[in-house]
Amino acid sequence: MKYLLLKHYQGGKAPAVDFVPMDQWTPEEFDAHVQFMHDFAARLEESGEFVDAQALAPEGAWVRYDGEGRPAVTDGPFAETKDLIAGWMVIDVDSWDRAVELAGQLSAAPGKDGKPIYEWLEVRPFLADPSTVGE
Amino acid sequence: MDDRELRELVPAVIGILVRRGASFASAEDAVQDALVRALETWPDDPPRDPRAWLVTVAWRKHVDALRSELARQGRELAVEREPPPGPVPTADDSLRLYFLCAHPTLPTASAVALTLRAVGGLTTRQIAAAYLIPEATMAQRISRAKKRLAGLPLDQPGDLATVLRVLYLVFNEGYSGDVDLAAEAIRIARQLTRLTDEPEVAGLLALMLLHHARRASRTGPGGRLVPLGQQDRSLWDTALIAEGVAILQAALARDRLGEYQAQAAIAALHADARTTAETDWVQIVEWYDELLRLTDSPVVRLNRAVAVGEADGARAGLAALAEVSPDLPRYAAAAAYLHEHAGDLPRSAALYAEAARAAASVAERDHLAREGARVRGQLAGDPQHHLAELTTRRERLGDSTSGEGGAAPAATSD
Repeated sequence: MKYLLLKHYQGGKAPAVDFVPMDQWTPEEFDAHVQFMHDFAARLEESGEFVDAQALAPEGAWVRYDGEGRPAVTDGPFAETKDLIAGWMVIDVDSWDRAVELAGQLSAAPGKDGKPIYEWLEVRPFLADPSTVGE
Repeated sequence: MDDRELRELVPAVIGILVRRGASFASAEDAVQDALVRALETWPDDPPRDPRAWLVTVAWRKHVDALRSELARQGRELAVEREPPPGPVPTADDSLRLYFLCAHPTLPTASAVALTLRAVGGLTTRQIAAAYLIPEATMAQRISRAKKRLAGLPLDQPGDLATVLRVLYLVFNEGYSGDVDLAAEAIRIARQLTRLTDEPEVAGLLALMLLHHARRASRTGPGGRLVPLGQQDRSLWDTALIAEGVAILQAALARDRLGEYQAQAAIAALHADARTTAETDWVQIVEWYDELLRLTDSPVVRLNRAVAVGEADGARAGLAALAEVSPDLPRYAAAAAYLHEHAGDLPRSAALYAEAARAAASVAERDHLAREGARVRGQLAGDPQHHLAELTTRRERLGDSTSGEGGAAPAATSD
């Protein structure tokens, strides 16, 4: 079963602990954070549970159809980056419990003073293809 | 023979391959490939002896796989040693293939894919993997590109510039997944230098070799980007550098300068220096002037400003930067670097943060964020900068409560 672990900037749910923004970390704290993310993905590759990880730039815009023959309407750049999606990881695991366990580990990434950032991650199961048996 | 019977043959065939000297893993892979092939072809063309067929095809697959593995390590050597099978195409035929694959009417991504497949000999699957795209999408892209080319008159002279640009793009893609695109680009460029003596082709090959020589030093632990000034120069591949310099010198002697030769000359000056301080920045600026004359590119102007900063000091660099549009990618990063060296740490830290937000890759973003953290760390250790840092932070947060603090721009005052 595939699950999406969605990372928000600092938006989403109210933070569990005071979050010191990344641009106030020391280089060493920053390195530790990056290394943690790197190691986490490597461990999931090793265990055969990693599917994909991507980061998104904060820039972008809202876009919609505006009627036949008219160019699409855009609304951007975004005023607030904190409500945006920062990136995601897709995992393929045996159970919801395992997905929760891994999301919990990822949320413990170190931040200021090497302490876990307690980041809220949004965990969402993929809607799978219909199974062959059981129709 | 049905699928079940076919599959029953597989263990025996793997056994035969292993006895012939293949490792289990590669024998299993090869038989798997042969199996797929059998499923495709046997319904229409059943073999007389299925087992013998599987052994032959799997062994061939195994030998092919072994060759491509060797090729990954030393493809260029293999090309040198092995005469191409079958009739040898003429240089003109080969050159035409390059031009066709990189035809100006093709979208860039299609030209890249087609070049890698038809000229580079990679499989669709490898190309798809290298660009992190589904194989079906890549197959479709290649087939659409070939359809597009089908209607073209092919008697016109080709455009070497587009061929070089495609190879340059492939090289810049670097290493992802199982395919080393930088090495592939070098291999293809090398083939191309045998087909044409155009100095720009040699210039591009030299440029690639000189950059490739530094590859091991360019990333640190966890994939971290290491800037040129901090690279461990003992990791640089001196043989590749020597080769790149020799190829460049021969090209420059032809006295038909082009942008790839000029870029290679800059790369050669970096490669030639034992430290950043020993780098001949004055000459590098002169080459950037040549490049500007050839291309009038804003990106070149930006890089030139950084070089001027090294040659004549950060203030001069900032003056050169003033001629560049701030909308340009990496403008903030260049400005952050120059302001740091000009001593304006608060401004530098703010610019690094801005540059990180605008970065086009995770590695670049992380590098710039880290540089920002480093500069702020210096600020924290220097009481003179405390006030200025607060001001900068307030600006960054968009706090407009007051204009005091000296460095605050008028726009934020009430």
